[in-house]
Amino acid sequence: MSLIWKLLQERILILDGAMGTMIQRYTLEEQDFRNNYFEQHPSSLKGNNDLLSLTRPNIIKEIHRQYFEAGADIIETNTFSGTTIAQADYNLSSFVYELNFASAKIAKEVANEFTDKPRFVAGSIGPTNKTASISPDVNDPGYRGVSFDELVVAYAQQVNALMDGGVDLLLVETVFDTLNAKAALFAIDEVFIERKEQIPIMVSGTITDQSGRTLTGQTTEAFLISLSHMPLLSIGLNCALGASLMRPYLQILDEKSPFAVSAHPNAGLPNEFGEYDETATLMAVQIKEYLDKGLLNIIGGCCGTTPEHIKAIATLAAQYAPRPIPNNFS
Amino acid sequence: MNTNKIKTLQLSGLEPLIVSPESNFINIGERTNVTGSKAFLRMIREGDYDAAVAVAREQVEGGAQIIDINMDEGMIDGAAEMVKFLNLIASEPDIARVPVMIDSSKWEIIEAGLKCIQGKGVVNSISLKEGAAAFILYAKKIKRFGAAVVVMAFDELGQADSFQRRIDICEKSYDILVNEVGFEPTDIIFDPNIFPVATGMEEHNNNAVDFFNACKWIKENLPGAQVSGGVSNVSFSFRGNNKVREAMHSAFLYHAIQHGMTMGIVNPNMLEVYAEIDPVLLLHVEDVLLNRRTDATERLLELAETVKGDGKKKEIDLSWRDNPVQVRLKHALVKGLVEFIDEDVEACRLLYDRPIEVIEGPLMDGMNEVGDLFGSGKMFLPQVVKSARVMKKAVAYLLPFIELEKGGKRSSAGKIIMATVKGDVHDIGKNIVGVVLACNNYEVIDLGVMVTADKIIQAAIDQNADVIGLSGLITPSLDEMVTVAKEMEERGLSIPLLIGGATTSKVHTAVKIDQHYSKGQTIHVLDASRAVTVVEQLLGQKKDQYILNLQEEYEKMRVHHANHYQNKKLISLQEARSNSAKLNFDNIFKPKNIGITTFSDFDLKLLVPYIDWTPFFRTWELHGKYPEILSDEVVGIQAQSLFNDAQNMLQQIIEEKWLGSKAVVGIFPANAIGDDIEIYDLDGGLAYTQRTLRQQTKKASGQNNYALADFIAPKEKGIQDYIGGFAVTTGHGIEDKLKQFEEDHDDYSSILLKSLADRLAEAFAEYMHEYVRKEIWAYAASESLENDELIAEKYQGIRPAPGYPACPDHLEKIGLFELLKVELNTGISLTENLAMLPVSSVSGWYFAHPQAKYFGLGKISKEQVEDVIMRRGGDFNKDKVWYHSIIQE
Repeated sequence: MSLIWKLLQERILILDGAMGTMIQRYTLEEQDFRNNYFEQHPSSLKGNNDLLSLTRPNIIKEIHRQYFEAGADIIETNTFSGTTIAQADYNLSSFVYELNFASAKIAKEVANEFTDKPRFVAGSIGPTNKTASISPDVNDPGYRGVSFDELVVAYAQQVNALMDGGVDLLLVETVFDTLNAKAALFAIDEVFIERKEQIPIMVSGTITDQSGRTLTGQTTEAFLISLSHMPLLSIGLNCALGASLMRPYLQILDEKSPFAVSAHPNAGLPNEFGEYDETATLMAVQIKEYLDKGLLNIIGGCCGTTPEHIKAIATLAAQYAPRPIPNNFS
Repeated sequence: MNTNKIKTLQLSGLEPLIVSPESNFINIGERTNVTGSKAFLRMIREGDYDAAVAVAREQVEGGAQIIDINMDEGMIDGAAEMVKFLNLIASEPDIARVPVMIDSSKWEIIEAGLKCIQGKGVVNSISLKEGAAAFILYAKKIKRFGAAVVVMAFDELGQADSFQRRIDICEKSYDILVNEVGFEPTDIIFDPNIFPVATGMEEHNNNAVDFFNACKWIKENLPGAQVSGGVSNVSFSFRGNNKVREAMHSAFLYHAIQHGMTMGIVNPNMLEVYAEIDPVLLLHVEDVLLNRRTDATERLLELAETVKGDGKKKEIDLSWRDNPVQVRLKHALVKGLVEFIDEDVEACRLLYDRPIEVIEGPLMDGMNEVGDLFGSGKMFLPQVVKSARVMKKAVAYLLPFIELEKGGKRSSAGKIIMATVKGDVHDIGKNIVGVVLACNNYEVIDLGVMVTADKIIQAAIDQNADVIGLSGLITPSLDEMVTVAKEMEERGLSIPLLIGGATTSKVHTAVKIDQHYSKGQTIHVLDASRAVTVVEQLLGQKKDQYILNLQEEYEKMRVHHANHYQNKKLISLQEARSNSAKLNFDNIFKPKNIGITTFSDFDLKLLVPYIDWTPFFRTWELHGKYPEILSDEVVGIQAQSLFNDAQNMLQQIIEEKWLGSKAVVGIFPANAIGDDIEIYDLDGGLAYTQRTLRQQTKKASGQNNYALADFIAPKEKGIQDYIGGFAVTTGHGIEDKLKQFEEDHDDYSSILLKSLADRLAEAFAEYMHEYVRKEIWAYAASESLENDELIAEKYQGIRPAPGYPACPDHLEKIGLFELLKVELNTGISLTENLAMLPVSSVSGWYFAHPQAKYFGLGKISKEQVEDVIMRRGGDFNKDKVWYHSIIQE
């Protein structure tokens, strides 16, 4: 039985908070994104946060460290956009291996600094910026901007690099199109067979609004069913909604999921300036409702959350027992 | 919190489908299958994806919980079509909500399909046919894609055809899947082969029994697995005898479900209710299915001869006359028999205290049954109209008795005002809806055609109506419907408003009409078969929820529409003009006759070969291409019966001269100036300037933005060109005959006559066009085409009609009518909204250029509308109303 599985039986595990929100605190400039690596790159790179693992590794390590200190059991690598598809916008597809490898490596280095309790690194696998289920052209509903095969190739490359860099888990997150996620799981399965090695997989979908559906129209339960063919460590929800609005959909996962259930909601909804301003205390009050109902096994934060939020959540979660997990994969 | 493991088959589209032991039989839609549906194959082959997607939608709306999609046909690129179709339905939430079954015998098609579905679908199918190695390989891939799988009972030796072979193969497959591949047992669905029975071959006698027993064995021995199958196979021997087939299907399903079959491919139109199967027939069918006697097949075959439903040319079976009178009335209603109705109603009247009770009792019972059968797809429209004729006659017989008694009041389910709106004269569709509603015990007050908004609303108020239904066929009617909605709002009405007719649509209703009527709900009704369900829901107990759902749906359409048009940019008029088609005019054919020719009292017999029957069946909501429709598996019998009635009436129309026909054609010198066509009289003077509209959608390179003016030589070239015009009618005198039918309470004949007159008018237009090509203009004197080639427009030149896609500008009809002196020459007049009277009339232009072709104008800019009105010297504010339906907003 793997260590993380054993821990999940014992307590609620804490995931880290937002990476982007923390990077914003450093007020970085274009040069920070180029530093030593991309000096001659013809187009602007500012905002391509994944690059910072190469160009400003100390900042990323510092952020990881702060989350561990706040009580996170699992932190996510800085690789949300680490696929050839997402990096194509910056003409940096050829750096995808390096980005993922470096991100995994530095995250692991920070994890190893902590010896008080087991700390895990999850390789973050984002949805890419393309969708395999919806046409980008309203006049041609049969068209697709990306194919399943293209996604599989891109994801397999990212997964290999993350595993080479030493991640303990994989987190397929912010799933707005289940077909993209199916391609990711397909790629992961292929990579596992090639490498003759498996690590636990977490999946986290995004319910875009109170219609209770993903961007591509699936209900939470349909989303769960569509991805249940792999023996996942956990399935959950993240992004788009604050903690309160996410609760009804987590309840569905709690009722139906054979896997562990995770959540990393936003710090509320963005204000009129696009900022998330829900405080740690306010968010913790809402998370308490999850805990009172026993909905969860893993909890963390998405957009707008900081080490303060994670600390408040971790303190609270320590007082509660985890949700019993039906399926006994090990 | 629930801590159960997944223990049952779970599938998903946008929504989940859980197949639990408690769930009812799962019905798999099968019409989106090119091997099973000729119509669907034709749509895919011709690239008519709108129609193909509509088939999928109908399946889901009709209750299919999974849709089976099959593209296995030699002439099409199966994998590409599978991808295209799955991508298209993925964009339709009302279809994509159900899981998909990817059906193919080719692995590359299955794999291509699996790469398109975000939900958890089903692969149909794999088997041990190619040996265990291939089976394992495919199963592993399917597992990785996260789909469930149908496993056929098939191995290297062939299809399992005995109980033992079935269970051996299923057991082996299960063992490999679960223990070697690691497949979830609950994701396995067995298809243990449904084979025909009663084939006359002894070895087939136990086919159904073997299947039933295999179902039971699988349920008991292969935990988690489901059983499915294609049911219609079992009755293969009785093709052509739907009554027996329907009975066989339901009896088979009844037993199969009891033995553990949980899902299957079943055509709901080919299913009788088990409890309603005639007991004698059921006994014979079950003798065969359960292999209960050695002579079971012979006995069923013998019985089948006598229950052939619409048995051909056999003596009329009058045994139903021996039943009690109430049963006889019901029989007459369901079968549409008028022959004995007065006699039976009278007999029945004497049995009851009050005449009204005859209506409320046996007659309504019969009509309710008709409504139920129609609603469940077991009766078709022509039958329902015939039933209504019987009902009307029965009621007409009783009315004097009811009036005598006074105070006898019928209770109706609701009162509905129906009308064809102002300026429009088309009413076939409206009449059909009226009949269908009346059959369902609604009181229909039909205000007729060309009814003003004021009159409609006044009638609704005076009559205290529950619903208003509007109908219209020509595009200006769309605006008239908006006017009615606005006035309903102003007059404070809040009753539902139904919208129907060929040019109406759900989108138009949602975007243009609905929002003007906030106090009540506006609903688009696609065709007559939906009318009853819609009205029932609107007036029923759950109406609030229904209206809420509708509002939500319409709001979504409005948002979608707004987004769609924001993104769909037109090019400027100038840009469109510079991309006009520049044709070669070096070989202009000088017409043999120039000027006007008129025809009257044309012999309609000559038109019969020119009739295009396909639209005739469509009018009656029987969909399919003539003549194939006559042998269609589902509607064939009804189509044939309707066709026979049509042929009989056609003969009467011709022999007894029911309809008067007139026509005028004219050929004139003409030249184009920009988008205008100058038409000259014989002296070279300007007779009329025709204004044509130009396409403004962005075209792919090499494609032109057409206007009709492109087909006429430009004036600056100095070449004399020609144009023609025509107007034909076969509608004179129809009113007398219709009145006669009306007095006879015979809606069926009335609608039949109207639909035939329309077909004759179209045939007349086709005939005249040929005559013009060969004799009058004579540019194609040697042309020789069959009718189907004419219908497919295989000739040189076109005859576009104002108001239709190539020239949606109705205002051009005024000029055409003046040019040809149409009213004087043919007696056809124009209503205020420019519809033609008599209704069965066709008018249009002739273009002879070999490259002239039909095109759809599509949307145009406000700029062009201003331009065309200015060119004509009209007033923009006054005339713009004519362009509402084509203007891009």
